[in-house]
Amino acid sequence: MKAEVAARPASPPRGRHRLGAFVFLAPGLTYLIVLLLVPLALVLSYVFFQRGRFGGVVYEFTTENFTRLADPLYLGVVGGSLKIAALTTLIALAFGYPTAYLIAQLPRKWKTIALIAIVLPFWTNFIIRMYAWIILLNGPGLINSGFEAVGLGPFELLYNQGAIITGLVYSYLPLMVLPLYAAIERLDPQLREASANLGASGFTTFRKVTLPLTVPGVLTGCLFVFVPSFANFVIPEMLGGGKTLMVGNLIRNEFLKARDWPFGSALALALVAVLVLLLVAQAWAARRA
Amino acid sequence: MKHVLKIDGVTRRFGDVTALDGVSLEIGQGEFFALLGPSGCGKTTLLRIIAGFETPDSGTVTLDGDDLLARQPNRRPISLMFQSYALFPHMTVAKNVAYGLERERLPRQEIRKRVGEVLETVGLSRHGDRRPAQLSGGQRQRVALARSIVKRPRLLLLDEPLSALDKKVRADMQLELKRLQHEVGITFVVVTHDQEEAMSLADRIAVFDSGRVRQVDEPVALYERPRTPFVADFVGANNLFEGTAGGPALRTADFGALPGTPVEHLRDGAEALLCVRPEKITLHDDTAGGALQGSVLDVSFYGGVSHISVEMPGRAKPVLVAVQGASDVRAGAKVRLRWDARDAVIIPAASIPAAR
Repeated sequence: MKAEVAARPASPPRGRHRLGAFVFLAPGLTYLIVLLLVPLALVLSYVFFQRGRFGGVVYEFTTENFTRLADPLYLGVVGGSLKIAALTTLIALAFGYPTAYLIAQLPRKWKTIALIAIVLPFWTNFIIRMYAWIILLNGPGLINSGFEAVGLGPFELLYNQGAIITGLVYSYLPLMVLPLYAAIERLDPQLREASANLGASGFTTFRKVTLPLTVPGVLTGCLFVFVPSFANFVIPEMLGGGKTLMVGNLIRNEFLKARDWPFGSALALALVAVLVLLLVAQAWAARRA
Repeated sequence: MKHVLKIDGVTRRFGDVTALDGVSLEIGQGEFFALLGPSGCGKTTLLRIIAGFETPDSGTVTLDGDDLLARQPNRRPISLMFQSYALFPHMTVAKNVAYGLERERLPRQEIRKRVGEVLETVGLSRHGDRRPAQLSGGQRQRVALARSIVKRPRLLLLDEPLSALDKKVRADMQLELKRLQHEVGITFVVVTHDQEEAMSLADRIAVFDSGRVRQVDEPVALYERPRTPFVADFVGANNLFEGTAGGPALRTADFGALPGTPVEHLRDGAEALLCVRPEKITLHDDTAGGALQGSVLDVSFYGGVSHISVEMPGRAKPVLVAVQGASDVRAGAKVRLRWDARDAVIIPAASIPAAR
């Protein structure tokens, strides 16, 4: 025992230890500071000042930017965005759970192929995929041609909320499927057998065992879909035809069109606040599940 | 004895591997039955067929005369205690135990009463509100057992019930299982690779090897009168000698005629094995004549018994001898070995065709 202690090399002095740790942490820290903390601090500071005439800020203190948030006009936009994001999340969950469940039951080789198929769309540029949807949903587009072939339509499929939700579900479905798959895959298959052995039907087993044990995966998937949907501004613009304003569009408009940086900052902070609340709620719910 | 479970000619193949090859067994009412064999011998596959998680390629399984294979797993009056216990981690102990009763849509009050009773039987009355993760291994096993017996099944299947427990807890649980089986009167079928476990628990044991039943017998008969080379070698420590049958002895090339009792009539000159248990052999001074001679290779003291391995010229494996307590024999000593003809059995060298 003693010999072992003596034979062990002396541990490096604390200072060198810290330097080593810093070298490894540096890239991550730089990323966090430059791309997250500094912009956030800037946004936070703009909120308390007045707008400049051609953008920027005039350094005179005001709280007006917060009071303007309570305007029914803006609250309506936030409410509408919440509704669209919530619908998107529910639809993605309805499609995503069965998909993830099926993939988890596949033989190992097919699992890999199915998972690659799920993430494959990410290899194509997002904007191009949205143009593809425009072509699909268009008046004389592929989907309406199909309807016409059976004597229906044409329907107004593009430039409305339905098109936005379609685009959002399509874009973020993989973010729903992957955490769900991870949660379902991790389940001990013997738990389902035990449930059947104790007299439960397949549906009861799902309701009483599989679903409750995959709730953390459900929550993660919902958060992954809800967050980018809520803050999205490209899809409402491209597929919504600019008729539906979501929080993301509003923030962009305030910064780039209205050139009201302080109010844009206030809106951005409101968005961050909503999302942080959601994160906290998710973490709390996942711990209880 | 009235038969509860009747397995007839069950065969199951996985690709090229034959897990079960024409297995037939009859298990009696209230019996504690063990399926014993090395891993991969097919015993777990048979258990899963009885529970309904596997389907045999051919053969029949009946429970109280009814075709069991036609029923879905959740419609069989059979409980399975999983090797991993498979407790529901999101439910309390009481909820886990109540799960099976809730599926029968019993009145809430009756469920509570029966859960309370069974938790008391397994000594976990005060743990009903805990989650499985908050329990020790032994306690988890009691919960799994309670969950299995609370439904009062016709048959309780136990898959390696003691393998996940440490030695001390295992001994306690072994007694507990026997007591419980006696108390609730349910027919138990236990799968195990541990021959000591099988012998101490079961009324009867079926020894499996490569998908076939090699012998079905009571523990003592299995130990004292193995009928096939596999059983002789697998169940307990044994010393095997190869030779040919010749009346009440085995004729060997290196050691002459060895005394033994044939388990069945053997043709003179037929290939045969003689099996003698370590505790049936006695050690004698080198001066004693007319016996097998060898030199002591090693002496191991285990407390209650000592194991002495004796090297014999012309034998690859040393002969194992067990004596009570400590032994005064030292390594290197020349000794002679003896046993009574009635303590050694002579069996045919090839598998008995009847076991196929």
